[in-house]
Amino acid sequence: MKAFTYERASDPAAAARIVAAKPGAKFIAGGTNLLDLMKIEVETPVHLVDVQDLDLQRIENTDGGGLRIGALVSNTQLAADERVRRDYGVLTRATVAGASGQLRNKASTAGNLLQRTRCPYFYDTNMPCNKRKPGTGCGAIGGYSRQLAVIGGSDKCIATFPGDMPVALRVLDAVVETINGQGQRRSIPIADFHRLWGDRPEQDTVLKPGELITHVVLPRPLGGKHFYEKVRDRASYAFALVSVAAVIQPDGTGRVAFGGVAPKPWRVPEAEALLPRGAAAVTARAFQGATPTSDNAFKLPLATRALVSVIAQAKA
Amino acid sequence: MSDFLEPGVSRRGLIAGSVASVAVANTPARSVAQPTTKASEAPMMPVRFTVNGQQHSLSLDTRTTLLDALREHLHLTGTKKGCDHGQCGACTVLVDGQRINACLSLAVMHEGDEITTIEGLGTPDKLHPMQAAFVKHDGYQCGYCTPGQICSAVAVLEEIRAGIPSHVQTDVAGKPKFTAAEMRERMSGNICRCGAYSNIAEAMIEVAGAKA
Ligand SMILES: Cc1cc2nc3c(=O)[nH]c(=O)nc-3n(C[C@H](O)[C@H](O)[C@H](O)COP(=O)(O)OP(=O)(O)OC[C@H]3O[C@@H](n4cnc5c(N)ncnc54)[C@H](O)[C@@H]3O)c2cc1C
Ligand code: SF4
Repeated sequence: MKAFTYERASDPAAAARIVAAKPGAKFIAGGTNLLDLMKIEVETPVHLVDVQDLDLQRIENTDGGGLRIGALVSNTQLAADERVRRDYGVLTRATVAGASGQLRNKASTAGNLLQRTRCPYFYDTNMPCNKRKPGTGCGAIGGYSRQLAVIGGSDKCIATFPGDMPVALRVLDAVVETINGQGQRRSIPIADFHRLWGDRPEQDTVLKPGELITHVVLPRPLGGKHFYEKVRDRASYAFALVSVAAVIQPDGTGRVAFGGVAPKPWRVPEAEALLPRGAAAVTARAFQGATPTSDNAFKLPLATRALVSVIAQAKA
Repeated sequence: MSDFLEPGVSRRGLIAGSVASVAVANTPARSVAQPTTKASEAPMMPVRFTVNGQQHSLSLDTRTTLLDALREHLHLTGTKKGCDHGQCGACTVLVDGQRINACLSLAVMHEGDEITTIEGLGTPDKLHPMQAAFVKHDGYQCGYCTPGQICSAVAVLEEIRAGIPSHVQTDVAGKPKFTAAEMRERMSGNICRCGAYSNIAEAMIEVAGAKA
């Protein structure tokens, strides 16, 4: 690990100011993704601003009938919240499908949104990777790509966003709230938060340097039945090959987003409008224009089958 | 470890990776990543926390993980280093009552915290009920993962009691139960190479029953 200096911030704008002003500075929350990557020197911050003392630890009711989740709320706390379990079951389900009990105790809401890809070439500093080192090429294109994106990638990068909780946030139309070093706040719809890689795979999200996530806001509950179907290589404690987050209404309409398939939680409004016509209609539209590799083409039928299972459970 | 990357590639990458990390300990130069700042230049910081009821004040290189602080500085070697990447659970300790992976946390992030390690749960003369149940049910073979398993198991029963939901619950709005399926799911962050899983789940169910 490269050496770094460390401090604990006591207010959000000050934390943002320090990170914006100091090249190579980063926030640290739970540390479960950042430290992992620092150990192998994929991340090499020179200064860490620990945000654990900030007053962003609560889940509050909003005037609009929704919830405002502090950026530091742990995955465990979020999944266990009575209101989340009752009204946003898809979020509890997605959150407890991720990582392990130990990790969820530390993983923060903001850190989970910002976790980096699990592309094996990104982790292996001996290999080319445009995301880790812009301009070096992409080891995964033409390489081993079983886990990687089937849609939304570019000729520079075909990595996926690996997380679970944000797939549910996408279905719920959550909004990410931030603050910058000048104290300015902005609200970013989750649909716009993660980027498609294009020519700049090194940039995962639309956040600016030093911009601090303060909250994630959920609109009022959707009703319906909530599902998170995660398909992985073992029954627990593995990243998704494909996941489906869905809220299905009694009349068969609903919302659906896919995880493990694209650089961001993948939700296509025209596709979910086809839910009453069945899973195959939805996935045909959702994955229209997909460019799978021979290693990961299995994800397309797998996504359909996962959605078949969700729709069958919704009818049961 | 490879389960969190890509089976095919990462096995190769991982073997290369572990060779490289052994090399780093023995030789100053390696091609992958240059040696970091010399020890003398590394930023040091004071930190104070309580381990098993005893206060400790340390001055540490900021890079020191909680795991290394416990093992290398406080010589509490019960907590084990397995993968050092949060993937195996051998380093599980309790911080303010919650289980975490000590390897993915910096020691300096724990100012003022109360840490419990396997050494603080029970003693050879007065075993914690979970330790006794692991012995009774043969919840281990080589024993390397056991301290992490036991710390995790103790926390799991508290988590179920607190109503924290899990992936195997059909109704996440309801109360979780002390079933074998719950134990297995909730213990999935603790890998046992000897495969003592079913005995571990039995030990946990016995302790849960005794307490429930
Ligand atoms: C073995 C293993 C298995 C895993 N399995 C899964 C899985 O199955 N599903 C899944 O979804 N996840 C999984 N994860 C990932 C885990 O969910 C993330 O590591 C965790 O959510 C990151 O949260 P954190 O608070 O620890 O982030 P940190 O590591 O502290 O930070 C991550 C990033 O976010 C930035 N950051 C943190 N807080 C803020 C803020 N408030 N504003 C702006 N930037 C911020 C940091 O600078 C850093 O770049 C796994 C991780 C491990 C190690
Ligand atoms: S897919 Fe992206 S992350 Fe993976 S090697 Fe290519 S550029 Fe790097």
